[in-house]
Amino acid sequence: MSATFTKSMARNVFYGGGVFFFLLFIALTFDTMQALPKRDNSQNITPAVAHGKKLWEVNNCIGCHTLLGEGAYFAPELGNVYKRRGPDFIKAWIKGQPTNVPGRRQMPQFNLSDADIDDVIAFLKYASEINTNKWPPNIEG
Amino acid sequence: MKYKSQAVAKLYFIAAIGLFLGQILFGLIMGLQYVVGDFLFPAIPFNVARMVHTNLLIVWLLFGFMGASYYLIPEESETELFSPKLAVITFWVFLAAGALTILGYLLVPYASLAKWTGNDLLNTMGREFLEQPLPTKVGIVAVALSWLFNITMTMLKGRKTAISLVLSLGMLGLAGFFLFSFYDPVNLVKDKYYWWWVVHLWVEGVWELILGAMLAFVLIKVTGVDREVVEKWLYVIITMTLVTGIIGTGHHYYWIGAPAYWQWWGSIFSALEPIPFFMMTVFAFNMVNKRRREHPNKAAVLWALGTSVMAFLGAGLWGFLHTLAPINYYAHGTQLTAAHGHLAFFGAYALVVLTMISYAMPILRGRAANPERAQIMEMWSFWLMTVSMFFITLFLTGAGIVQIWLQRISSTPMSFMAVQDQLSIFYWAREGAGVVFLIGLLLYISSFFVKGESHAFE
Repeated sequence: MSATFTKSMARNVFYGGGVFFFLLFIALTFDTMQALPKRDNSQNITPAVAHGKKLWEVNNCIGCHTLLGEGAYFAPELGNVYKRRGPDFIKAWIKGQPTNVPGRRQMPQFNLSDADIDDVIAFLKYASEINTNKWPPNIEG
Repeated sequence: MKYKSQAVAKLYFIAAIGLFLGQILFGLIMGLQYVVGDFLFPAIPFNVARMVHTNLLIVWLLFGFMGASYYLIPEESETELFSPKLAVITFWVFLAAGALTILGYLLVPYASLAKWTGNDLLNTMGREFLEQPLPTKVGIVAVALSWLFNITMTMLKGRKTAISLVLSLGMLGLAGFFLFSFYDPVNLVKDKYYWWWVVHLWVEGVWELILGAMLAFVLIKVTGVDREVVEKWLYVIITMTLVTGIIGTGHHYYWIGAPAYWQWWGSIFSALEPIPFFMMTVFAFNMVNKRRREHPNKAAVLWALGTSVMAFLGAGLWGFLHTLAPINYYAHGTQLTAAHGHLAFFGAYALVVLTMISYAMPILRGRAANPERAQIMEMWSFWLMTVSMFFITLFLTGAGIVQIWLQRISSTPMSFMAVQDQLSIFYWAREGAGVVFLIGLLLYISSFFVKGESHAFE
């Protein structure tokens, strides 16, 4: 690298650039937070949704599934499963695990009560109504 | 070694390698579960194996970063470590916390673990990579602060170089952004938005500072190139990292409920993210070509060059492959993501830690470089691991492309599980490459036990 561009100049560009783009990121984040209420379906967050999210977390569902495309890639996308399968199917499915079909991927039995499962479904319904810019491309996730 | 207190690094490096082996074993279990779905079920369900696999990765890399700093900072600062005792205590605390956490994952249902560890007080668990129970998360913060304190105090009493400054800035960022792991709102969009402040701003932000500093340090040592030149490169590279990587976070905000303008910000800036990695490759090869000495540790030079190339391929090229919003619309959350994740973590972070270990460990064991035979084994292990990881990436990329086609593009889209059945050939091939990787790692470990005439210090 050229000798006229010194190390201390490089250092100053580093600090200046880093700070500038971090501040820009903060500004964009601020704007995003202002815009979220119109998109994030938060008006439909009920105690059931909150409890459902907690059950989703403490049973580590993300360890196999994806939710809005994030998570593990071992089991189906659940961000739109409410629309794909509907509440009755989801309930029966969770209750029926594991299938114990030899050689097939197995989902554990989490021993959730009916009320708990309803809350998980409420959470999945809430998630399915977030404005995701039309992702996923089709109902299969 | 120049300073007695550098010896604490050895503990960290040994733990890192041990945990690395554990990570790979669980990776093989998961790889098999992809094709033999009920393998080890219900003893080790996939989600548990995955937690162990990814958490061990994070922990062994952190051990590697810490060991590297405890080795590098005294030498850069030209003074003994502020408190070797604190470094040793921190080591045992972190190892114990890590071991207990992994045992918790393996032996207790996750929901019970959450209940017993205070997740009801402050829920933070059950999010990808941040599965650790609350006490473990607090422990990680404590360990990071102790590390930061020790390093800062050492730097304050000695010489301040660009390398040590950049390294400590990276550590400060690592500790700081981890605090977002304690924020888990019910609002899923906000949860995901700030989750990336840990995950993305770590691996595509501050960790790259640590990576750059470690690589620069080893390159100075093995090539003898003037520090001014190396450090100028370092600053330019990490400038590009932050300029592209911070706003590049936007490539995670396309489909999680954030405003659509992130598709522009994210696409443009993350498309530039390969630049710092490419510069790193040019930098490493340049420095080695301009070397002023022939360092007897040829293996370390190979690891360093390998890091710069594989980081570019894994983080740069494979990241670019699916970062543009119109492509990511189809690629998001498929095996393509897994392909990128594997090569990026291996190429950038696993390899830089192994580079540092390769350079420092012989010195910590009282010689400039290992015996010729040991080095040859080490270099074989480099090639076995690197090539097999490249093939793992290729197979997962193949799986990802077929998956995208069958599930998302075809006029008659198939269901997720039906598509997975179609991919089994790729998954078997990936598992085979994984076995070769394990062989490479075992060869690597055995290279430490080869006896012979080693290179003495000049």
